[in-house]
Amino acid sequence: MDLNYTADEQAFQQEVRDFFAEKLPGDISRKVLEKKRLTKQDMEAWHAILNDAGYLNAHWPEAFGGKGWNAIQRDIFDVEGNAAGAPRVVPFGLNMLAPVLMAFGSKEQQEYHLPRILDGTNWWCQGYSEPGSGSDLASLKMTAVRDGDEYVLNGQKTWTTLGQHANWIFCLVRTSKEGKPQEGISFVLVDMNTPGVEVRPIILLEGTHEVNEVWFTDVRIPASNLVGEENKGWTYAKYLLVHERSGIAGVGDAMASIDHLKHIARDQKMNGKPLADDPRFASRLAELEIDLSAMRTTNMRIMQAAADGAPPGPEVSMLKIKGTVLRQSINDLTRRALGPYAMPFVSEALDLGYNEEPIGPDYANPIAVDYFNHRKTSIYGGSNEIQRNIISKMMMGL
Amino acid sequence: MDFSHTEERQMLADMVGRFVRDQYDIDTRHANVKLEQGYSPEHWQQLAELGVVGALFDENVGGFGGAGFDIAVVFEELGRGLVVEPFLATLLAGTALAATGSHGDQIEAAISGESQLALAHGEPASRYTLNHVETSAEKTGDGYRLNGNKAVVISGGSADALVVSARTSGNGDDADGISLFLVPANADGVHVRSYGTVDGYQAAEIALQDVDVSADALIGGEGEGLAALEAANAAGILAVSAEALGAIEVAIDMTLEYLKTRKQFGVPIGKFQALQHRMADMMIEREQIRSAVINAAGHMGSAPAERDWNMSALKNLIGRSGRKIAEESIQMHGGIAMTWEYAVGHFAKRIIMIDHLFGDEDHHLQRIVSGGPAG
Repeated sequence: MDLNYTADEQAFQQEVRDFFAEKLPGDISRKVLEKKRLTKQDMEAWHAILNDAGYLNAHWPEAFGGKGWNAIQRDIFDVEGNAAGAPRVVPFGLNMLAPVLMAFGSKEQQEYHLPRILDGTNWWCQGYSEPGSGSDLASLKMTAVRDGDEYVLNGQKTWTTLGQHANWIFCLVRTSKEGKPQEGISFVLVDMNTPGVEVRPIILLEGTHEVNEVWFTDVRIPASNLVGEENKGWTYAKYLLVHERSGIAGVGDAMASIDHLKHIARDQKMNGKPLADDPRFASRLAELEIDLSAMRTTNMRIMQAAADGAPPGPEVSMLKIKGTVLRQSINDLTRRALGPYAMPFVSEALDLGYNEEPIGPDYANPIAVDYFNHRKTSIYGGSNEIQRNIISKMMMGL
Repeated sequence: MDFSHTEERQMLADMVGRFVRDQYDIDTRHANVKLEQGYSPEHWQQLAELGVVGALFDENVGGFGGAGFDIAVVFEELGRGLVVEPFLATLLAGTALAATGSHGDQIEAAISGESQLALAHGEPASRYTLNHVETSAEKTGDGYRLNGNKAVVISGGSADALVVSARTSGNGDDADGISLFLVPANADGVHVRSYGTVDGYQAAEIALQDVDVSADALIGGEGEGLAALEAANAAGILAVSAEALGAIEVAIDMTLEYLKTRKQFGVPIGKFQALQHRMADMMIEREQIRSAVINAAGHMGSAPAERDWNMSALKNLIGRSGRKIAEESIQMHGGIAMTWEYAVGHFAKRIIMIDHLFGDEDHHLQRIVSGGPAG
């Protein structure tokens, strides 16, 4: 056993640290660290900076222009990026579609789409969930009917994250009603400028617009936009779910969030003393740090195994559950740390240009909203209930 | 023992419940939040005329209720509708006034809906400590001059008159030396910055800069304001906890209904035992909370130590179990509960934010731990 990074990994850590120090724009990192709103331009600017540095697709295989970063390297990049206040890269094209295209897409699809993901020409979103198909994703109903050289799409997708910024969407669609529901699903690529595609906003409970409904009415796409084989889409989607281990636990985000919480707890006063010194509060904070410390190593063990070539298993589900619940607990304690100042909410104060004096401490405004917003994390990406089902099925042999 | 309400009180509960059911659906509530004042003056007037404000106060101050159970039944029903009209602020300021026996005309004007009161007590550094008052009241020739900052004053922006706590002697956290003053909201030197809260209610930061008030603005005895603030705080805890109970009832009803109707994997999701057991736990916690509300309401008129033990027990439970129920209501629904359009999220937000009023779970646990044997 050696709990330290290798010399190479340490050098790599220094390299990415230097990169964030030099290249991450100050206004963007301020927004991230202060939990303010990022604009589309911010996200595009950061995407371009990463691409210029060759870091955007560093985790892609070398055959596809990447550096072949392993899971440990990706994890280091994640932790350092979070500490520096780097925005999370929009993952739909880069980390979700790209691996599917590399594994199952045609050469034409790879050559056309992969460069456009990198240079930002195409902003991808994900069309999986439907109003009637959440946890039971395989029951999805949106149809794709072959008509000559085209497919005709009809139906509705929902929870489409950042769909308002996207110009392409990858969808799971029903191409057959024969056999098991999983066996009639195909994976298609849709240019959202095609007639019949309509994006409608969904406002979340705390008032933000980050997800959407996407409606498809007689949308005609070239048959060549089918990925792989017809009726094999479920296999491709599942491939992605089990292969995407990195970042699931959100270790970097959790570490940065705990740091922010500590800063707040030192600043907040209770009976004239720092809240961080209150034994009850300090105990709660310490428990979170204990959990995080263990989770970090659990994550590393799994990342190391992946880097060594271990096949994916139910550990993804463990990381997803532990990672989301721990970050929600950090959000919860941060909310509590604020006392009465958790209540005021001025929406405009989430924009960087807001110049009025804050209500209460300057860090207070986004905290409750953040707490409510992050309730989504135990629901999306396969709810934690579904993850427990996967663990039960794969680990218990019951 | 008898756990039934008197006929009059049941009628009161039914009346408020009917109002919420018939006239205050979630869309109305959202619309009221967006109005200039952050609530509907028409609805407020209508409820005042129905006697709902008066039900919060004793006959000797012009009301027709004022017992713990009156407060509890009214706020439970208000919680079922997430009613944003300024009941809480009125209860707080009115209770402080009633506790001192002075300025009775103000309570009467509030009961009729003619004027609105708010209690300007908390400060930027006070957190949940009731006796932390930095605002000063200096004696002048014929009255007092107030200086200081008041934080997160519930409905402070729409109040006509403020009950302001300020030190006439002592400093920091001294229990003695806190005095209460009646200050017109439009007095010179009163600067009100009003804002919405994350759960749709109204609060304000209020700066007092050389605010001169006459000697008769003093409420109760000089330096003796803390007992009245404690009484107001107890009423506030009971009220928002009962309100949380109402919101919890709705959140649980909605979740249960969803478990019965939402189908995944070919069956209603309520068929899954993993969810059934969690729902069962939520229902147990709801009954625990209901019992704690009863305990607190029944001790509203008890000696302060006993009253406050029950209030702290209630508020701790609301913090712990309320959060669990709010979070589980969202989780068991899934994505739909994350949307603005679906009501359960708004109930969850109110339940969670109530943890930030009058002391959270940990504050009240500590108060019980260090408070001695009353209980």
